[in-house]
Amino acid sequence: MNLFFVVLIPFLGAGLAAWVSRFGRLQSAWMAGGVTLVALIALTPSLPAPFLGETLVQRIPWIPALGLDLVLRLDGLGLLFALMVLGMGLLVILYARYYLAERDCMGRFYGYLLLFMGSMLGIVLSENLILLLMFWELTSLSSFLLISYWQHREDARTGARMALAVTGLGGLAMLGGFVLLGEMVGSYDLSVVLANGELIRSDPLYTPMLVLILLGAFTKSAQFPFHFWLPHAMAAPTPVSAYLHSATLVKAGVFLLARLFPVLSGTSQWSILVIGAGLATLLIGAYFALFKHDIKGLLAYSTISHLGLITLLFGIGTPLAAVAGVFHIINHATFKASLFMAAGIIDHECGTRDMRRINGLWRYMPYTGTLAMVAAAAMAGVPLFNGFLSKEMFFGETVTFSANHTWDWLLPAAVVVAGIFAVAYSLRFIHDVFFNGDPIDLPKTPHEPPRWMKVPVEILVAICLLVGILPAFTVAPLLYVAATGVLQTAPPDYDLAIWHGVNAALIMSVIALIGGILIYAGRRPLFNLATKLEGLLDARAVFDGLLKGLLALAGAVTRILDTGSLQRMLLVFILSALTLGTVGFLGGGAPLTGDRDLLPADAVSLLVTIALIIVALWTVVLHRRRLTALIVMGALGLLVSLIFVKFSAPDLALTQLSVEVVTIVLLLLALYFLPQYSPAESSWPRRVRDIGVACLAGGGAAALTWSVLTRPYESIADYFLENSVPGGGGANVVNVILVDFRGFDTLGEISVLALAGLGIYAMLKDLRLPGPTCDARGRPWNWDMHPVIMAALTRLLLPLALLVSAFIFLRGHNLPGGGFIAGLITAIALIMQYLANGVEWTHVRMTSNLHPVIGAGLLIGLLTGLASLVFGYPFLTSAFTHVHWPVIGDFELASAIAFDLGVYLVVVGATLLILVHLGLMHHASHPGEQEPNHA
Amino acid sequence: MSHLVIAPVLFPLFAATLLLLLRRVMPLRVRRSLNLVALVIQILLVSLLAQRVAGGEILVYALGNWPAPYGIVMVADRLSVWMLLVTSLLAFFAMLYAVRGTDAGSRHFHPLFQLQLFGLSGAFLTGDLFNLFVFFEILLLASYGLLLHRGGANRVRAGLHFVALNLAGSTLFLFAVGTLYAILGTLNMADLAVKAAAIPPENLGVVRAAGLLLFAVFALKAALIPLYLWLPAAYSSTSAPVAALFAIMTKVGAYSILRVYTLIFGAEAGPVADLIGPWLLPLALATMAIGTLGVLAAHELRRQVAYLVVVSVGFLLTAFALGTEASIGAGLYYLAHTTFAAAAFFLLADIIAMGRGTLADRLDPGPIIANASLVGALFFITAILVSGLPPLSGFLGKYMVLNAAVDLPSMPWVFGVILTAGLFGVIALARSGSLLFYRAEGLIERTGAAGRSAVGPNWGRLLPVIGLLLLCVTLVIWAGPLSEYTRATAEQLLEPGVYIRAVLGDPRPV
Repeated sequence: MNLFFVVLIPFLGAGLAAWVSRFGRLQSAWMAGGVTLVALIALTPSLPAPFLGETLVQRIPWIPALGLDLVLRLDGLGLLFALMVLGMGLLVILYARYYLAERDCMGRFYGYLLLFMGSMLGIVLSENLILLLMFWELTSLSSFLLISYWQHREDARTGARMALAVTGLGGLAMLGGFVLLGEMVGSYDLSVVLANGELIRSDPLYTPMLVLILLGAFTKSAQFPFHFWLPHAMAAPTPVSAYLHSATLVKAGVFLLARLFPVLSGTSQWSILVIGAGLATLLIGAYFALFKHDIKGLLAYSTISHLGLITLLFGIGTPLAAVAGVFHIINHATFKASLFMAAGIIDHECGTRDMRRINGLWRYMPYTGTLAMVAAAAMAGVPLFNGFLSKEMFFGETVTFSANHTWDWLLPAAVVVAGIFAVAYSLRFIHDVFFNGDPIDLPKTPHEPPRWMKVPVEILVAICLLVGILPAFTVAPLLYVAATGVLQTAPPDYDLAIWHGVNAALIMSVIALIGGILIYAGRRPLFNLATKLEGLLDARAVFDGLLKGLLALAGAVTRILDTGSLQRMLLVFILSALTLGTVGFLGGGAPLTGDRDLLPADAVSLLVTIALIIVALWTVVLHRRRLTALIVMGALGLLVSLIFVKFSAPDLALTQLSVEVVTIVLLLLALYFLPQYSPAESSWPRRVRDIGVACLAGGGAAALTWSVLTRPYESIADYFLENSVPGGGGANVVNVILVDFRGFDTLGEISVLALAGLGIYAMLKDLRLPGPTCDARGRPWNWDMHPVIMAALTRLLLPLALLVSAFIFLRGHNLPGGGFIAGLITAIALIMQYLANGVEWTHVRMTSNLHPVIGAGLLIGLLTGLASLVFGYPFLTSAFTHVHWPVIGDFELASAIAFDLGVYLVVVGATLLILVHLGLMHHASHPGEQEPNHA
Repeated sequence: MSHLVIAPVLFPLFAATLLLLLRRVMPLRVRRSLNLVALVIQILLVSLLAQRVAGGEILVYALGNWPAPYGIVMVADRLSVWMLLVTSLLAFFAMLYAVRGTDAGSRHFHPLFQLQLFGLSGAFLTGDLFNLFVFFEILLLASYGLLLHRGGANRVRAGLHFVALNLAGSTLFLFAVGTLYAILGTLNMADLAVKAAAIPPENLGVVRAAGLLLFAVFALKAALIPLYLWLPAAYSSTSAPVAALFAIMTKVGAYSILRVYTLIFGAEAGPVADLIGPWLLPLALATMAIGTLGVLAAHELRRQVAYLVVVSVGFLLTAFALGTEASIGAGLYYLAHTTFAAAAFFLLADIIAMGRGTLADRLDPGPIIANASLVGALFFITAILVSGLPPLSGFLGKYMVLNAAVDLPSMPWVFGVILTAGLFGVIALARSGSLLFYRAEGLIERTGAAGRSAVGPNWGRLLPVIGLLLLCVTLVIWAGPLSEYTRATAEQLLEPGVYIRAVLGDPRPV
């Protein structure tokens, strides 16, 4: 399980490193270094395994059903990268301790760095592809944090976001690619994937899968055309650049190419895509590197170029080329990290990175100069330095590869051109900075950096030299196991010697060296040309343009759709319903009219129907005169209740009638505060459109009703009729349905009523609206608020109305009536008192605190239901019995009546709450009267 | 018949009634504790229920002891309980945030909150289509009250739009239920499934029309394109804990779609099988696309989060639309994730807005907010969550859906939209985070002369956010068993015969 510790320790250490910074800024550096060492120690027990030809796999089950376990793997390739990540990490931690300024927060820096290190270790040690992808995205996120470390700087913020966007794009594409790949072989485990190369390459989805995975690799490794984020990531502190752009982040892409090399390579798609991207990147990077005046900019483009080189090697696809690719990964990591560190020292000491101003530093820092020269020589591919070895292998491989192709000179020629530029920019780095006259206007006077800041550079430069001179005694075993890890079999024979005799590769190296020197010597006209060509091939501008276009598109689309218009939303909803309903109906292929025999149309029905139609139309015509329209709508409700009577539904008729009254009173009270006339707000075309939509919707509803009514009706209703008396103890089936069969619905509906009451109360409570003093025609409102006759009459009526309501309530279970209707009647009777006598008069005599009434109603309903639980029956099971009362006679007592009492109380409470508070607002708005002191 | 089935429905109603009656009797402090205790009890009740149904048993509770299909039944299966679990956990943390001051200044916040929970629980448990309508009404009224909580012009406007549109939706719901009842003669969902499968050809058109009208209602609730327009305004203008609680509201629509179109109009429904098949996937993908554009275009953080909710609806319904056991299971896992993540984001947006004074949540560079590193870290984590980046639950949900879609014919579309939406989400959130935290300069004026002054975050407000994020972490750590549970849930849904037999008892032909 030690591999898990290797990955986990940096993540845990990240928090620790951030935490210890409160005990002194250097503590973080010590902690980070310690954590890295511990991780390295955790890795040591596994070190021998790859050298013995074993692949370690360690597994902790996570989501086995989805093929996603926490499973790590150590083979040669993983080992090489893990060592690079940890080793380079240690050097960078040491270097950064001297690099960061006093005001930079050390804890945050080392925390982020360790997060990144852990993610990177996760990538290189993952056995499961999805797990690999998770760590992959974590490197994107943690590098976002690292690049934007100096968050006050604009370039750091945009650089970080650009890196995140581009690598994020790649990561998501890769996720798609991995899922496809996993589907092909039936597992995400690398052991399975790597053993199924044939299967994968012959899959019909091979090409899309390849493209998606390559998108991931290319964006991460800054391959053309995604290379532009890398130079902008240079806004990060230099230790970050030294770490991310030498051994880690950008190497993740080529690591992936290496990791999947055995299964993905060997097809023409692979060759075209990978060689194409690699070659373009190699050339473009080398070209731009030469013309950058910023030291880090030069190194950034040279990094891009070298990544192109490695990609190209993997693209070539032969085992030997892969070996060369791995070798160059090692070499590039060492010389590029040391060069970044040297650049950081120069920046640190000079206060600028502009090579037009930094000249002649040899006098001030000869030691650093020597180190930089060694590293630059390795980068240029000068013999006796490590870069030379891998570059020669590279040249040799391009020649071998091209031998069988037409245009066989093209690829070698192109890479020689890239080699020439590499020599030229390396030369420029050394010559411009350390020689070339005197420094121009530097902010600081440079001198050698602190002793320990140079140590990491010294170590790396020593590796460059040792590998360059004695490859067989230094890098050979590691390269061998790493290459084995890539190829998954023993690599072919290769010779790491410096001298192979005069062959094509050597000639190409010599041409590159001489050509590079010549180009640098004649650089003036080239620089002029480059200045003119600047702006061409600016991928960043394309990226910015795309992003801007995307934002503009998003803004435009959202503005068009999301206008916040209720009319629009309703229109869309109605049209959607119409479409769905029509399509649904037509899709059934059934006739609109069913086969039920139609009832004959009698005169009463016809009359009421015609009246209904006329009144409905009238409401539409009058809708601007709100009060009139409301009265007409009231008539509509009354007509509907007449229809209920006609079809023998007295309960419905009663309910409709009382609801209608309450609603009209309510609306009248509300309309008082609104203008009496609606202004004409819609244009004519819009009105025509709305009329059309309304007709369609109405027609749709009519058609639906027609199709339903013309079909035979068979339902569970018969059961209700049969069981109402024996099971529910009531002859009024409607009421038994309400309080028993579907009592739970009623419980819900009284909650709705209670909610409506509470909601309206809460809304009105703090609302103060100015009421009009006269009506729309300018007539003043009648100031005689409480006419004597009405007051006297309503007071008389109250006990009568309450009696009626009690009667209706009690008989409800067997005859038309019930709690709902009774509640409405009570509410109307009480409201009349308010209307006739005024709020204050009424409040003296009756509580205005109606919440307890509503609460009690709900509670009674609930407790009645719960009572049946005591007897072991489900919620709301009813019970009834008949008792014989003297005088009154036989009387039925049903538990449902208690439930109905709850309904009654909620109806009274909620209705009164709404009406009273609307009325109170009315009261308060009236000039000349005191606002009642209402709690 | 276990009363445990009805307990998660009745208990919030009881708590709401109690809180209503105690309003004048007890100080706010006590009512707050009462409500929190009630929510903890609710979580316990649901957990007990979860233990009962996790094994695959379907518990049926006949209200009033009337047998199905005549009376109303509550049905607890894996899906219902999963929804209840998500809801009750969410409600607890939303309330934990609300008691830090948001609940003051309103008379009925606490009872309304419990009634909302009553509506949610009822909607998830009921096995009766008309009863579902009733619970939709409760939800509508309760959420209207909560939406308007503490007023303000924007809230009132958005609330009015919300309620007007939803009333239209309710009307259509009645049309559809009425039609189904008239033709099929029943309201019990299991019975509807039996009757619909055996429908004679002359009635096919009407039933299909009713089924699709129902879809329009549920799509409105779920905020599916083109019926999503109410959501951004409503969610971004209301108070933070309400917006957090509303993270589950769109899922009620998604739940109803899943329930009704696997049970009544599912694959085994004969002539009305797979009724919304041709509609759902394209609409869901379009919702994700349009929602993503809204995320990119938003100028305020809360609106951005609201649009992220729209995107998540699209994602969720894409998973459901694919219709396989794996995809529905993945969608249900994602559902829990997105609910918690969106809620955390709404709360966090509120904390950020309060810390920026008059600038509120506008995405303009402003002053450094108090405790920026902690709030920034929470923002970073939440952004990772909602944009579906590893290693958190958003990524796992995305991976599961992609994994489920890979061998389906619609794979290129699903992959294309999901991956692109993910990328644009990352870009948009990176921009927002950079604007809010990185471009901040200068210190906030504690006493804003004009308008609102800035309030720094306190642990009381941060705790619910952290709690919700930890729930997402839980989803990651126990992803194995949880995804197995959601997958088993999907399996149960795709075999409606089991549900039907559990409700109707006798083994009828399915």
